[in-house]
Amino acid sequence: MNIVICVKQVPDTETKIRVKDGQVDHSETKYVVNPYDEYAIEEGLRIKERMGEGTITLVSMGPERAKDALKSGLAVGAEEAIHLTDEAFEGSDPYATALILSKALQKLDYDIIFCGKQGVDEDHAQVGIILSELLDIPHVSVVTKLEISDDGKSILAHREVEGGHEVVEAPLPAVITAQKGLNEPRYASIKGIMAVKKKVIPEWNAEEIGVETTSVGLEAAKVSFVEVSLPPERESGKVFAEDPVQDAIKVAHLLRDEAKIL
Amino acid sequence: MSNDVLVVAEIREGAIKKVAFEMLGEGRRIASELGGNLLAVALGHGIGDVAAPLAHYGADKVFVADDPTMADYTAEGYTNVLAGLIGELEPALVLLGATTQGKDLAPRLAARLGAGLASDCTGFAVQDGDLRITRPIYAGKATAIVRETARPYMATVRSNIFAVPEPDTSREAPTETVSVDAGDIRAKVVELIKEAGERVELTEADIIVSGGRGLKEPENFALIEELAGVLGAAVGASRAAVDAGWKDHSYQVGQTGKVVTPTLYIACGISGAIQHLAGMKTSKHIFAINKDPDAPIFKVADYGIVGDLFKVVPVLTEEFKKMLAEA
Repeated sequence: MNIVICVKQVPDTETKIRVKDGQVDHSETKYVVNPYDEYAIEEGLRIKERMGEGTITLVSMGPERAKDALKSGLAVGAEEAIHLTDEAFEGSDPYATALILSKALQKLDYDIIFCGKQGVDEDHAQVGIILSELLDIPHVSVVTKLEISDDGKSILAHREVEGGHEVVEAPLPAVITAQKGLNEPRYASIKGIMAVKKKVIPEWNAEEIGVETTSVGLEAAKVSFVEVSLPPERESGKVFAEDPVQDAIKVAHLLRDEAKIL
Repeated sequence: MSNDVLVVAEIREGAIKKVAFEMLGEGRRIASELGGNLLAVALGHGIGDVAAPLAHYGADKVFVADDPTMADYTAEGYTNVLAGLIGELEPALVLLGATTQGKDLAPRLAARLGAGLASDCTGFAVQDGDLRITRPIYAGKATAIVRETARPYMATVRSNIFAVPEPDTSREAPTETVSVDAGDIRAKVVELIKEAGERVELTEADIIVSGGRGLKEPENFALIEELAGVLGAAVGASRAAVDAGWKDHSYQVGQTGKVVTPTLYIACGISGAIQHLAGMKTSKHIFAINKDPDAPIFKVADYGIVGDLFKVVPVLTEEFKKMLAEA
C-alpha cells in the first residue's frame, strides 16, 4: 500500500499571535507540525504496521522550514519525504496549494492520501478536499476511525457529524482528512530523531512537477488577505470571592437580570 | 453573470438547519446592496413542505432538487447537482452553512467551479460593488478580512453569528424543480451512528456549560450535565478533560476543538489556556468558576466566582431551577 501524507508547518497552538502592518507577525513564532497532520502521520504508520507492507511518503509545500515538519514525520517512521518549494508557490491560497500537491502526487503512486482536517493557522479546512477533486478521487473528511478492507481496495471511515458519526464507504484511492480522536500519535525516539538529522530531503520545484507559475502563488489567489487584525480585548468583569453559596446566588441573579439569559 | 445571492439550505432530519435562516437574513442584506435577488436551494428526497420556510425567511426564488439520490448527503452527488445549477444561475455569491456538511461540500464544489472559498465567515461588507469578508483565523486569535477574485464568490457561514430574520408566513416564492443527475457517487454513507439521548449541538447552542480539569474525575461531569440540563444548554469540555479521556473529542472547545459563540459560556474548573480562550472568547457573556484567582479565564470573564466549583455549581443549578419555575 502506497500511503502519501500531506503535512504543513504551523505556529504552535500556545503561540500568542501578533499583528504588524495588517499582517500576522511571525518574527517570534515557534513552529510545529500541524496537530491534525500528526494524526494523519500516525494513521499512515498504523496502516503499514497492520498490513505488514507499504511505503509512506510525506509531502509538504512551504518555505525552507517546512523541512522540519517533514523530518518530524521521518523521525517517527515515514520512509520518504518530498519538499515542494519554489518562490512562485509563496502566498498560495487553498486552491493553489491543492493544485501544487495534486501535480506532485501525479508523479507518485498513491493508494491512500492523508491530510489533517485543517491547518490550525489560517483555518481554511479546504486543501485535502480540493486535492481529491483535482485528482478526481473521493474523499472522507473529519475522520475519527478508519478501517481498510482486507483486499486493500476500499475503506470504511467514521466521520464526526452533528449529534453522531457517519460511517462512509469509499473505494481507494481516496483522500482522508484526519480529525482528533483518530489515534494517539507516537513520539519520536532519540534514535529516530538522530537518524533524520542529516537526511537530505529532495526538493521539487514548479518546473519539476509541471505546474504553471502563473496559476499558483499570491497573484493567482482566488482568496487573498486584505488585512489581519486582533480582536478587541475583553474587559474583565465582576468577580466574587466571598462565600460560594452566596456568590452563586448573586451571579445567577446577575445572569438573569443583567445578561437576560433565561 | 447576475448579482444574486444563492443560499444552499441544508436539511437535516426533515427540517431546514437554523444557519440557513441566518444566511437568508444576511444574504438579503448583501443582495440588496449588490442589486440582486436572494435565491435558495434545498436538496433531499420527499422535501415537500420542508422548503416552504425558505420563502418565509426571505428567498425570492426557491430551487428544489428532490430525488432518491439526494436523500442522503454525499459530497460528490451534491457537487454534481449544485455545480450544474450554479453554472446556470451564475450568482455573485454562494453561501453554505459552516456545518459538518457545508464544510465537507463547499471545497469540492468550489474546486469544481474554479471558484474561491472563504471558510467559516462571520461578516460581509459590500465595498465598491465588491465583497470584503471577515473570517477568524488562528481559531479566533486574529481576524482576517479577505477578498475573492474568482466568480462566483463562495463562503461558508458560521452558525450563531447572524440574526434569524422575522419570518413572514404569508410570503410565497416561486419554486423551481432542479433536474437531478447525481452522477457517479463513490463515497457513500452506509450507516449513521447517533449519540444516545438528545444533545444540544455546541456550535448552535445558546448556552454552553463546560468542564475542565478542575472537575477532578470524569464522573463529576454529572454536575455540568445537570446544570446544562436545567438551562437547556450544550455541554463542552476543555482539551485537558478530553485528553484525559473524560469526554469524547466532539465535546472539546478550543483551537483543536470547536469554536463557539453562545450567548452565555459557563466555564467550570477551566484555567483558560490560550488555545481554549481562542475557541470561546467571542461568546456574548462569559461566566467562570475557578479556585485559582489568577486563572487566565478571569481575564475574559464578565462574571466570575473564585471558589470551589463543587460548592458553586449545585447552587447555580438549584437557583436556576427556582427562577425557571417562577418565570
